[in-house]
Amino acid sequence: MVTEQDVQHIAELADVGIGKEELEDFTHQFNAILEYFDILDRVEGQGAAARDLYNVLREDEVEPSLPQEEVLRNAPAQEDGFIKAPRVM
Amino acid sequence: MPAQTIIFEPDDKYNAFLKVCNKPSHTNGKLAGITVAVKDNISTSGIETTCASKILKGYVPPYDAHVVGLVKQAGAAIAGKTNMDEFGMGTTTENSAFGPTLNPRDTGRVPGGSSGGSAAAVAAGMVRMALGTDTGGSIRCPAAFCGIVGLKPTYGRVSRYGLIAYANSLEQIGPMGKTVSDVSTLMGVIAGYDRHDSTSQNKPYDHIPRADIKGLKIGIPAEYFGKGVDPQVAAVVKKAIGRLEELGASTVPCSIPSMEYALAAYYVTCTCEASSNLARFDGVRYGPAADTKKSWHDAYQEVRSAAFGTEVRRRIMLGTFALSSGYYGKYYSKAQVARENVRKDFQRIFQEVDVIAGPTMPTIAFRLKEKSDPLSMYLADILTVPANLAGIPAISVPCGKSEGMPVGLQIMGRHFEDERVVDVAYAYEQAVN
Amino acid sequence: MAEEETQVIVGLEVHCQLDTKSKLFCGCSTDYRSDGPNTHVCPICLGLPGAMPALNKRAIEYAMKVAKALNCEIVNESEFSRKNYFYPDLDKAYQITQYDKPLAEGGYLEIESDAGGEKKIRLTRIHVEEDPGRLVHMGNVERGKYSLVDYNRAGVPLIEIVSEPDMRSPKEARKFLNKLRATLEYLSVFDSEKEGSLRVDANISIKGHERVEVKNITSYKGVEKALTFEVTRQKNLIRRGQRIERETRHFLEGRGVTQSARSKEQEHDYRYFPEPDLRPLRVKSWVDGIVLPELPDARRERFMAQYGCSLNHARTLTGDLKLANFFEKVVSSDPKGLSPLASTWIADTLIGELNYRDMGLDPVDPESIAALVRLLKAGTITDKSGVEVLRVMLDQRLKKEKTETPDAIVTRLGLTKTTGDTGAIAAAIEEAINDNPKALEDYRNGEGKAINFLVGQVMKKTRGKADPAELNRMLNEALKKRGA
Repeated sequence: MVTEQDVQHIAELADVGIGKEELEDFTHQFNAILEYFDILDRVEGQGAAARDLYNVLREDEVEPSLPQEEVLRNAPAQEDGFIKAPRVM
Repeated sequence: MPAQTIIFEPDDKYNAFLKVCNKPSHTNGKLAGITVAVKDNISTSGIETTCASKILKGYVPPYDAHVVGLVKQAGAAIAGKTNMDEFGMGTTTENSAFGPTLNPRDTGRVPGGSSGGSAAAVAAGMVRMALGTDTGGSIRCPAAFCGIVGLKPTYGRVSRYGLIAYANSLEQIGPMGKTVSDVSTLMGVIAGYDRHDSTSQNKPYDHIPRADIKGLKIGIPAEYFGKGVDPQVAAVVKKAIGRLEELGASTVPCSIPSMEYALAAYYVTCTCEASSNLARFDGVRYGPAADTKKSWHDAYQEVRSAAFGTEVRRRIMLGTFALSSGYYGKYYSKAQVARENVRKDFQRIFQEVDVIAGPTMPTIAFRLKEKSDPLSMYLADILTVPANLAGIPAISVPCGKSEGMPVGLQIMGRHFEDERVVDVAYAYEQAVN
Repeated sequence: MAEEETQVIVGLEVHCQLDTKSKLFCGCSTDYRSDGPNTHVCPICLGLPGAMPALNKRAIEYAMKVAKALNCEIVNESEFSRKNYFYPDLDKAYQITQYDKPLAEGGYLEIESDAGGEKKIRLTRIHVEEDPGRLVHMGNVERGKYSLVDYNRAGVPLIEIVSEPDMRSPKEARKFLNKLRATLEYLSVFDSEKEGSLRVDANISIKGHERVEVKNITSYKGVEKALTFEVTRQKNLIRRGQRIERETRHFLEGRGVTQSARSKEQEHDYRYFPEPDLRPLRVKSWVDGIVLPELPDARRERFMAQYGCSLNHARTLTGDLKLANFFEKVVSSDPKGLSPLASTWIADTLIGELNYRDMGLDPVDPESIAALVRLLKAGTITDKSGVEVLRVMLDQRLKKEKTETPDAIVTRLGLTKTTGDTGAIAAAIEEAINDNPKALEDYRNGEGKAINFLVGQVMKKTRGKADPAELNRMLNEALKKRGA
């Protein structure tokens, strides 16, 4: 069982935010889905997924970068060629 | 080759398109002048690409997805970007931030999803072909619901470069069309190796469909006709398989025991990958602006809670939870073991049969707003996710009607035997038309 | 406190940029330092939706070269994982790194221990990962703070070398780092002179107490400084009977102190899982094909054997690739003849003078130093004059003035040793004795040290040009004459 506090914590970890009004519904649905996932407890066998490809590598060759204006075109805020972002300090 | 333009002004009654290109240019080639619609999670240089999400509103990619480049090179005209469930998360196209797409066969019903816009555009005759993407059935489900053909290629056969990832280890871009021939033609254009996609393999598709299936062995898994599958749908599909037998194929009953937990394995895997893939949408490099005066977590939460839809946030949170400290072993690891078991089940069956057949979807298209509970919606994917978990090719071809709505016959094949599933679908299509 | 109760335990996590031409997962150039922000980015390293990583082979080869040189074992199968966290410099909101399947495990690096002699520092692992972008902090409290991001650095290949907690002092940590840097440079996979090419996180504890992680140390000197600060801080807490918190601290380079990271920053849950867009590596067999160059330890032994360097000189000279190459160029014309003088003049004098000027080796050409050493060897100038010539040479280069050869400087300043010019020395001796009757008195009273004072005075008067041996002989004679 996950609680509303758990769901709140996960919402914070995922930076998706959650409103008080949504919390009950989300928690309820979460529990129903997680209960369904419990069927995985019955799975037996070895984990290592078989891969058909290994060592997929490219040569160390320089290719053109995007022009700076292309890089900045989709950015909502910019300053002197930098992309503007929220504060971290 | 000099570029030519065509006029494309469809009457989009079904909200199939998010963006229409009215005067697309094209060159000569295999697809010269053919209109191809592109699902809106496939990057198109200079054309807004939103994944039907408010978080990508206004985002114009500076590059083409590998497949888009190939389609253009083949001479096709890119007709526009089609509606979908936001980021591919849904089975109805109702989860679009820009309104649902309606099913052209019955506008009171959903077209299926998540490539519902591509399916509706083809079914309504607005375009000849479309590109869809299939993570857990997102090409095959709308193909079945709208009565068209859709192929999910073998994992690695078509480059994913430029496909805005929802669940990288499961999804493939694939062709959709009214006929098997069209689907096969488009597949021939998009398949092949791409150095930008490290999971892509050098297996080009150069094939003209052949209707001869004499001696073909078809596996019929009990799970595809069991609990949860609408008996009328099952009956239509059984009849279609009977038709294949008349054409010289034989059927072999089989069982996929791992189907018991395949859907759970699928949802754990795709939500885990999605929680990571969708973390980059933070309003800094593209999308609606994050408030730069706020601290970063606060600013991100504000943007992401406002611009992601409910289902997207639910899946991000489910994946975040499943990967979080203390739960990885219970969910992600177990899901990978389950997945390996699904793969082994198919491997075992394919030692005895050439293809596996069953319904694409357990029911016909739902009515709009019919499915409101997330878990019951997830359960609708039960017949399509095994092919994604195993990475094998699977096609849906129309095989009759139930309650006046189209039913899809699903053919699954061995890894890199996309040609064979196309041939079986072609044989059926030629026999009934 | 007894010594064993204050045993310092240090382990390091060292991040080094690999000197590849292109980034780890895309073709953007890594040579971004002189260009404007966001000019070396593409859909891949900008984290644009739909872009996928493609792994740079050379980065893996470089990492394996390091692994082999550090005696690590390449694992049979390694894999990349995603480390998920939000930060504006992280374009995809996850870092592609290696988690439970790193490229290499085990290994060791030998350093000179504090007690003298060699000491093995064991390594835990080496893995490959991508560098994030760079953040600039802007604004102020009144007008609002914000960040500016430059993604040019995003995607540059890094190796992270994790040591076991085998170091016992901040000084050993510095030695480990210096030795590691030298080794990476010998392998030609790393350029220590590029700004920000090395970053260190250090784990430090006092035996029996909680461990503290100091993050964000960006210079070689910073590591010793940060750790010395922590040792003092932690010992003081213990002395006062307080508990040491298990925590993450940041090193503030400018102030030379560490500061506790806010508690929210410490709550990390990185949700690692395998990167689905890359395939695993099975490269163990490549290791046999890797030919290692001569490494610092081997070169040190060779310098001692071939050039007769002392252990200390050999250690200093080979502890830096450029310096070792420089030395060999200086002595190349006459290895036997020049080595004895060149090793001390380079390892001691030149390094001292360069450090004093905060100057690098680059502007100094080996030929000039060879010329200086030849002047010294021929006895044309005294050691004292040699230092003067060297200082002039370095100052000219530092100030970017026109440079002169050592011979020209000697001529211009008239520094030729006054061997044979006994008149000038004799006169200087007479003057020195006359000016300092006290010294003469002391010497007569048996205070031998007084002669050193007089030698100094004579040297001063002859501006260092007097041949020390000749001066000594003549001074003794002069003192004898005065009945001493």
